Amino acid sequence: MSKFVGQRVKRTEDPRLIKGLGHYVDDIRLPDTLHVAFLRSMYAHARITNIDVSEAMNTPGVVAVYTGRDLGEKIGPVPCAAALPDLKVPDHRPLASDKVYFVGHPIAAVVATDRYAARDAVDLIMVDYEELAVVVDPEEAAKGGAVVHEKFGDNVAYKLTAGEGDIDAALASADKVIKQRILNQRLAPIAMEPRGVLARYLPGEEELTVWSSTQIPHLLRTQLALMIGIPENKLRVITPEVGGGFGSKLNVYGEEALLGWISMQLGKPVKWIETRRENMASTIHGRGQVGYIEVGCRNDGTITGLRYNVFADLGAYHQLLTPAIPTLTGLMLSGCYKIPAIQINVTGVFTNKMATDAYRGAGRPEATYVVERAADLVAAELGLDPVEVRRRNFPKPDEFPFKTATGLFYDSGNYEAALDKALQNADYARLREEQKRARDEGRIIGIGVSTYVEICALGPSQAMPAGGWESATVRIEPTGKVTILTGASPHGQGQETSFAQIAADELGVDIGDVTVIHGDTSIVQYGIGTFGSRATAVGGTAVYIAIERLKEKANKIAAHLLQADISKVVWDENGFNLEPEPAKVAAGAGVPEADLPAGQAPGASLPEPQIEGKKSLSLQDIALAAHLAKDLPPDMEPGLSATYFFEPKNFTFPFGTHIAIVEIDRETGEIKFQRYVAVDDCGKVINPMLVDGQVQGGIVQAIGQALYEEVVYDEQGQLVTGTLMDYAVPKAAMLPWFELDRTETPTDVNPMGVKGVGEAGTIGATPAIVNAVVDALSPYGIRHIDMPIKPENVWKIVNQQS
Amino acid sequence: MIPVQFDYVAPATLDEAARLLAEHQDEAKLLAGGHSLIPAMKLRLAQPSLLIDIGRIKDLAYITEEGDQIRIGAMTTHYQIEASERLKEICPLLPECAASIGDVQVRNKGTIGGSLAHADPAADWPAAILALDAEMIAVGAQGERTIRAQDFFVDMLTTSLEPNEILREIRVPQPQKNTAQAYMKVAQPASGFAVVGIAVNLTRGDDGRCQSANIGITGVAAKAYRASNVESALAGNALDEQTIAAAAAHAADGVDANSDLYASADYRRHLAEVYTRRAIQKAIAKL
Repeated sequence: MSKFVGQRVKRTEDPRLIKGLGHYVDDIRLPDTLHVAFLRSMYAHARITNIDVSEAMNTPGVVAVYTGRDLGEKIGPVPCAAALPDLKVPDHRPLASDKVYFVGHPIAAVVATDRYAARDAVDLIMVDYEELAVVVDPEEAAKGGAVVHEKFGDNVAYKLTAGEGDIDAALASADKVIKQRILNQRLAPIAMEPRGVLARYLPGEEELTVWSSTQIPHLLRTQLALMIGIPENKLRVITPEVGGGFGSKLNVYGEEALLGWISMQLGKPVKWIETRRENMASTIHGRGQVGYIEVGCRNDGTITGLRYNVFADLGAYHQLLTPAIPTLTGLMLSGCYKIPAIQINVTGVFTNKMATDAYRGAGRPEATYVVERAADLVAAELGLDPVEVRRRNFPKPDEFPFKTATGLFYDSGNYEAALDKALQNADYARLREEQKRARDEGRIIGIGVSTYVEICALGPSQAMPAGGWESATVRIEPTGKVTILTGASPHGQGQETSFAQIAADELGVDIGDVTVIHGDTSIVQYGIGTFGSRATAVGGTAVYIAIERLKEKANKIAAHLLQADISKVVWDENGFNLEPEPAKVAAGAGVPEADLPAGQAPGASLPEPQIEGKKSLSLQDIALAAHLAKDLPPDMEPGLSATYFFEPKNFTFPFGTHIAIVEIDRETGEIKFQRYVAVDDCGKVINPMLVDGQVQGGIVQAIGQALYEEVVYDEQGQLVTGTLMDYAVPKAAMLPWFELDRTETPTDVNPMGVKGVGEAGTIGATPAIVNAVVDALSPYGIRHIDMPIKPENVWKIVNQQS
Repeated sequence: MIPVQFDYVAPATLDEAARLLAEHQDEAKLLAGGHSLIPAMKLRLAQPSLLIDIGRIKDLAYITEEGDQIRIGAMTTHYQIEASERLKEICPLLPECAASIGDVQVRNKGTIGGSLAHADPAADWPAAILALDAEMIAVGAQGERTIRAQDFFVDMLTTSLEPNEILREIRVPQPQKNTAQAYMKVAQPASGFAVVGIAVNLTRGDDGRCQSANIGITGVAAKAYRASNVESALAGNALDEQTIAAAAAHAADGVDANSDLYASADYRRHLAEVYTRRAIQKAIAKL
């Protein structure tokens, strides 16, 4: 039955958000709240020789000032969950004490009665710095010279080699080996809502509540309990509306622990709302890989081996997953191709910059960029059409589950079908003809193709640092209303809608009768969170299976009440019916109760179940009977709810083809999109509108990386792109129309066959755009150009050679 | 992103505003649309102790015609200019330039007077105002005076307004018939400000030759300027492709061009040349 699943159901979240009635952290106002502002380092690397907070302390309104020295080890280190052999882990406390390691490094926290007093007092803290040598470039950092953390002796945090197959032999025996240095520049995630924390300690109850804009409320609770030293069952994390995260809130930040700790010191609520400048400097960045690829191929275009030697720019400290991001790159280096030998050699290096960590795609866009650039390099070297190179290396649909040389088993796929559909939608053959004609006219047009596969539904717990399952509780209230508690706390994805669609169909109720609750660790059972395109495939599956469990119990109750054998009870959208009566006859009896509006007749007592003589019972009849518990099967526990923790047996592997068509202004190098065509396959689709939204948003961020965005630090480690006046996020007017389409290849990893789509756009689109620009510039002998592709760089290429 | 503490007054008259400005001198800043000043204050780059909000003064937002002049009140928003049907008819450079500024929110709040007085080297208005050879009417304690556009922009973020003067009105000569106008810009992708912005205001004589040409260029240097070598290369000549291209090649003559993350000085000069040519062609295509 599929009344809601598969439909473009409008987001039930939106009316309140559009009207400004939602509650983000900053909208939560508690009486007597104190406000925190941070003094942050203006140097990238310096010794703090003295801090004088006396003048700040004497400012009217200031209640307390804490420095790293005051804190000492009272708050545990900021956690890093990446388990890598021989990983160097610097001691990372919420406030710097002796040294600062990057611009934006927090040094002191001022607590005051209002935000303004707190901010003013920050300027009155006197810090004496002794500047130290700065290292910014990751390759330089690996070589030696200035050292970020003195005690480690050098900047190499770890080295890691992964992959299967004899890469040396593969490259040695290849007809051609192509080498290329490529950059995945540092990016800023730029969630529209910056971070924010409100912490309230109740000394009587000894309870701490932390409201935080996070993607992982439960994991955050566990980590904060350990950092602050409060029992986990005395700590409650509440995640209200979250205005985007893109991975930047899949983390545990020093500020979150510090706010909780300060509230415990002062016995009052304390709040900190990150400014945009702080967000640019002190919220994690993404990407930051400088790599060297070697790809071996036969003359027919078959790729025989791929090596990627990469310097990962970790920044000064490890945040939650910092060193682990390149390992995801390593896993996805096979792309959607049969490559028998693959090797990644990662050198993770410290630099005097903010940490890198998960940003939409988190390691996979880097891998896809490497593979998709490699495929085009092979095509260019051999004079083949890039499409033909891809086709030649695809595994066929009957080869799934497909094992890669990176140790993964791709669940299902039909790469050629998505490619063919995209080629057809774009009219590829005609595009190539038009390109040729345009070149003859002196116009510069490029067509870029990217066929991607991504790893989603993270993931089996074996492969995850803190559990890869997800939880759901589904409860039918006595009035028949459905409550879902999900551990997959969303930050804009729309789970309140998509999970309600699943429940409404599975329970035969209206979507309006389903409420999805999330993001409160005191209400919702333990969960993992929303990241890695996992919410629907893992969290949604937990909802689905919990409902199946719940229906088993409801069936038993129905059989009992209808005095029939359970095998005779049939469930359909009208409720639980006795065979062989057709559902329509029974419907009349069951429906009126189910339509009881919420809140009707305040103070009225619950209706008595009207069972006698019925051949059909509505869900509400069953729920009421389950709660009144006057006539239940022997030994059955009252109530009607089910909780399920779903452990996926594998990741899922969505895929697709993106095609970008660009035109370059010959005189200025400016790049304009002519068209953008995408075919994505994310398995079964719950809500096509939400899927389109995810794909569109992902492509936009990919356009950002390909053409505009770059976090720039100068040689002194100063953040040059510290505001949105300098850091270019693409705006609506800079975007082409997206021609989206889908194929649907289900997975057997979960019963609904859903795969995940949250990161597909960023992963698939970036190489398509770069490939298009490189294709456009190929008559000038260009095989590669680094991101972000600025018009000036294109102009230089065209100008020097024409 | 929290400014230092400041006082705020909203005088009801220009005289009162001028008096307050004279009294507080450098300590005070005039607040018009606030779209340059407020961000600078939030970054603590500007720290005035007094904000004099001239937004409550009546009758500072208008577009009128007096004799052969278009008169625009300093508090007229970019949007009001962008949306003026009359201006589209008689002086399309103004609405065209307005439409290229920032985004809808900026255009709804930002004012032409605020932008001109702020004199950001990459703001759009200075190019248009120079090309139109406009006059600025400034009010101060000593009364009113008129400043020609060419004399108005002194340096980066600096105008010839005295510290106690307020820009009250912009007067634009009514374009004659056979006037061709256009504004073209390359927008910096982060800020939306002009990497280069070219304003063209030229007239074609009955003989088909260029009678006069005014070219204003912003974004390229520390202040917006008139591209006089382009102008003289056009004046009196046929407006053919070759002449225009040759003239446009002088767009950045003698200019110390800016360099930033987006564009080097060389590239900026090159963009100035290309877009000067294109803007001239765009303008005369309307004739």
